[in-house]
Amino acid sequence: MIRKTVENVQEALKGVKDGMTLMLGGFGLCGIPENTISELVRLGVTDLCCISNNAGVDDFGLGLLLQQKQIRKMISSYVGENDEFERQMLSGELEVELTPQGTLAEKCRAAQAGFPAFYTPAGFGTEVALGKETREFNGKMYVLEEAFKADFSFVKAWKGDEAGNLIFKGTARNFNPCMCGAANITVAEVEELLPAGSLDPNDIHVPGIFVQRIFQGEKYEKRIEQRTVRPRN
Amino acid sequence: MLDKNGIAKRIAKEVKDGYYVNLGIGIPTMVANFVRDDISVEFQSENGVLGMGPFPFEGEEDADIINAGKQTITTMPGASFFDSVTSFAMIRGQHVDLTILGAMEVSDKGDIANWKIPGKMVKGMGGAMDLVASAENIIVAMMHTNRAGESKLLKECTLPLTGVGCVKKIVTNLAVLEVTTGGFRLLERAPGVSVGAIENATSGRLIVEGEIPEMKL
Repeated sequence: MIRKTVENVQEALKGVKDGMTLMLGGFGLCGIPENTISELVRLGVTDLCCISNNAGVDDFGLGLLLQQKQIRKMISSYVGENDEFERQMLSGELEVELTPQGTLAEKCRAAQAGFPAFYTPAGFGTEVALGKETREFNGKMYVLEEAFKADFSFVKAWKGDEAGNLIFKGTARNFNPCMCGAANITVAEVEELLPAGSLDPNDIHVPGIFVQRIFQGEKYEKRIEQRTVRPRN
Repeated sequence: MLDKNGIAKRIAKEVKDGYYVNLGIGIPTMVANFVRDDISVEFQSENGVLGMGPFPFEGEEDADIINAGKQTITTMPGASFFDSVTSFAMIRGQHVDLTILGAMEVSDKGDIANWKIPGKMVKGMGGAMDLVASAENIIVAMMHTNRAGESKLLKECTLPLTGVGCVKKIVTNLAVLEVTTGGFRLLERAPGVSVGAIENATSGRLIVEGEIPEMKL
């Protein structure tokens, strides 16, 4: 067994520097690496390029990094729930690259899987395709999209073991698996870190080979963005 | 004239037995409430769930189980969870049978704009560009005119595009229309709405052939 555990979030984030490109898992506030984000705020690293489907809300998730103006550039598909984000984007303080969600996921996977680029139909004929190579296959037009290059991937899983194997819960899986192994160093934070052998190999979603460092998060708030319920009859 | 529930109710009739369906945010989400319960349909949400169920009862919300609108949801028997790559493989690979989404503008060539107003609101396209570029069967759910009373069914979209030549059918508060090579073909009128009113509210090319039936809801 190759051991991937580190003591704590401080150990896990060793080597994170100003100007780096970071991938962060999650969809909205679901499945985000909460403990990592808190530590990035504490470290005060700036000039970051963050690849993440969303940008959090004003006072949680990546919104915390935006508040401290630690982010230079965001690569996301949807950033609708964050006033500070919108303010920084419209004033030009923050560079934003909006990318179709499926393309965003595939750009991560391409990096993980060793593909330099791929063709997708998403965005053809729109401003997303400007300056990009396009090509026809079987009568349909496609856009060439390149794999991401990133320094760190920060993901969050439900359970993990010492070998770095990961299991996710519900829709908190989202972008986390495709970001594993898609950067130079992948750091996984988990709700429950278990000894090797505790997880059934049949149940593993992400094999430990894609993860360099794993730690158990100190606490999880798991904030709900849109609490929606129905009445009991 | 229909309200938003009415639009959702009419679109629900387009959902057929055995369909996997992706519902966008807003009116499309409401379609699930009106699908006949004697047919088998599974709803896909691009954040990674197939077999979405209704909202949870109070106290049973789970922060780890949400839809693409970030709302808490439940799952139905037979549901599955998956990652974003797999989710868009379902969409891009045309395994999803029907996509229903909202729009700010649609052109009479089937172009759609629903993600950006330059210099104003910045939200992003989310999964919409992947959905419209890939899906075979796309229905747009929207109001026929915007808040200023201007038509949202245009000859050319004025807003940045989400996709080109992809919309097949549009259901609005006034009408059901199909996108053809000659423009919007009027299929049905909303209850109490005249053909003239639809003509007035449509600025793209509109084809009206024969008697236009009133929608059955």
